[in-house]
Amino acid sequence: MTSLDATNERLRALCDAAEISGARDEAPLGALRSAGREAFRTTGLPHTKLEEWRYTHLAPLSNLTLELPIAEAPVDRALVEALATPVFACGLAVFANGRPRNELFGLPTGDVELLPLSAGSPVLGSLVDVKLHPFAALNAALLDDGVIVRIPAGAQVEHPIHLVFVSSSPQASLISSPRVVIEAGAGSHAIVVQDHVSVAGGRPHVTNAVTEVRVGENAHLELAVLQREDDSDIHIANLAVHLERDSRFASHVVTLGGRLIRNDLTAVLAGAGADCTMHGLYVGTGERLIDNHTLVDHAVPNGTSRELYKGILADDSRGVFRGRVVVRPDAQKTDASQQNPNLLLSDGTEIDTKPQLEIYADDVKCSHGSAIGRIDEEALFYLRARGIGAREARALLTRGFAAEILAALPGQPLGEALTADFVARFATGAEQ
Amino acid sequence: MGDTLLEIQNLHARAGDAQILNGIDLTIRPGEVHAIMGPNGSGKSTLAGVLAGRPGYTVTDGAVRYEEKNLLELEAEERAREGIFLAFQYPVEIPGVTNNYFLKASVNAIREHRGEESLDAIDFLSLAKEKMAIVEMPKDLMGRSVNEGFSGGEKKRNEVLQMLLLEPKLAILDETDSGLDIDALRVVANGVNALRDENRSMLVITHYQRLLDYIVPDHVHVLAEGRIQRSGGKELAHELEEKGYSWLEEGASA
Ligand SMILES: Nc1ncnc2c1ncn2[C@@H]1O[C@H](COP(=O)(O)OP(=O)(O)OP(=O)(O)O)[C@@H](O)[C@H]1O
Ligand SMILES: [Mg+2]
Repeated sequence: MTSLDATNERLRALCDAAEISGARDEAPLGALRSAGREAFRTTGLPHTKLEEWRYTHLAPLSNLTLELPIAEAPVDRALVEALATPVFACGLAVFANGRPRNELFGLPTGDVELLPLSAGSPVLGSLVDVKLHPFAALNAALLDDGVIVRIPAGAQVEHPIHLVFVSSSPQASLISSPRVVIEAGAGSHAIVVQDHVSVAGGRPHVTNAVTEVRVGENAHLELAVLQREDDSDIHIANLAVHLERDSRFASHVVTLGGRLIRNDLTAVLAGAGADCTMHGLYVGTGERLIDNHTLVDHAVPNGTSRELYKGILADDSRGVFRGRVVVRPDAQKTDASQQNPNLLLSDGTEIDTKPQLEIYADDVKCSHGSAIGRIDEEALFYLRARGIGAREARALLTRGFAAEILAALPGQPLGEALTADFVARFATGAEQ
Repeated sequence: MGDTLLEIQNLHARAGDAQILNGIDLTIRPGEVHAIMGPNGSGKSTLAGVLAGRPGYTVTDGAVRYEEKNLLELEAEERAREGIFLAFQYPVEIPGVTNNYFLKASVNAIREHRGEESLDAIDFLSLAKEKMAIVEMPKDLMGRSVNEGFSGGEKKRNEVLQMLLLEPKLAILDETDSGLDIDALRVVANGVNALRDENRSMLVITHYQRLLDYIVPDHVHVLAEGRIQRSGGKELAHELEEKGYSWLEEGASA
């Protein structure tokens, strides 16, 4: 039996355990859970024979003996403040090993509601097909609770809404299953930050998250997903976004930590005139593997999408980028661009980047490009000729490469906090 | 001798596989301004690059002493910290790093080497303001990425600004006047002259005698085919301007 088979067996046992302990299997979660269970029992974990998983071996995951996070993790306000990016008193939701910790919530402004999943949402389970996404199936099967962020129509929410996910596996490796639904009402404007951090020490933790987002007509939503866990942790994320007419959405997926990271980000431009920006920054040090699969689906006319994913790989890290853009026959006047520049800092790194454009409409503007480069020697000499040491000069150029993404993060404190984190991790993590 | 800042002896160097410098001898004393002129491709930038520690060159023969040190053994950043400054013929664009951040990092690297306390953001800003006024540099260039989207003239002003901030002992200006309009030329020259004193030396590479009206050199050298073909006083620059470089070849062959 391979270790993947063993892990599948283990995870199916966990699904059964979750089912037995699942006293909360009433509607609306019951159906979602059982659909997830069924799908996962059929498919199990994906393997590298599947095209979508070709470059991403799950060995770091299948080497773990996973447990469900039953015991309550010791997480308090002080810990959250120490680990998370700057949080405000209002608009805070804290999750420990994926489970909401209501006593640490702070109500957002602008009548935004933070509700348990049991409150129900038409979005929940509607944007991610568990039959197509094994990890999303597993998330549903093991689901405990999550949060519905309900932004009422017309609300202009001043401060970012922070969702802080703290993972902690002090003894055994735990798998947490965070679930987030964001309903951005028509004409609303808000910033949501999902900050994933972990308590240092202990065993590798697995986060298997699903986020479903509906951006209503004319709404504007910025979503930052920050993956900053310990270097041994695993993070699988499925993020699905549905954009309605004339809405604007921007994602900022920043990966600074973890051992194995796989992000599936899908945005469907379902209403005419929608505008979608996807920003990504992935930083590899050590043996980290970061796999970003994105899909922009232009279903209707006059949509705009701007995708920029930047990768920095050092040591023996690996990156995978697969950017699919689909322009359906009706989606005339689509304007889509995709860029994936990568900066490789050592010879041990590897990057597999592939754009995948499927264009079925004729009156469209589509561009894409990927690049793999090294530190610009001329720029390095320029800095050194000004007295800046070689090591610092490299760090400065690397930071300069990342700046475009970090500077575009919503809210200045967030950009500054992430830049500081970036610089700190790089100084210690990467061999220059 | 203690009153020699830089002594280049019989310097031979290759760029990649091409032999470019074929035996350069040049001595610069504190306070002196030397101008180097010469046709395109004669090796002027190569000489400047070898002195500043640009990678990609191999010194095949000869020696360079700087303040009693073997210059060629030092890393580029060590040379900069020891007081050598190269104003680049083609200043480099650095996306994502603000000019302000870069200049502060540079000033502090050099201050640290000199055993001086590093400047905080506020002290640096007031120093930068003072020097920016000398080169009439627009303020917004500090907040932009280093040289990115700067006009040719703005890039050259930025080079002179860096020189003013770093106060080198030996400034090597590689065609800092090229591509400047008349006003910018005056501004750049003012910047250079503001630094001129009896302890600071300069090596000014130029194609135009016009610059030397502003920055009056003590010595003028003509570089051709990787060798100094002729040296003289400032009148040599006038002579070259009138007669061109072919006159030199005739002189050499006569
Ligand atoms: N890496 C290299 N490999 C091969 N040849 C090179 C290399 N770098 C420079 N050269 C050549 O060396 C010669 C001298 O170049 P250099 O830049 O020093 O000239 P220059 O005197 O500064 O010219 P200009 O007045 O045009 O600036 C040129 O012919 C150039 O093409
Ligand atoms: Mg030159």
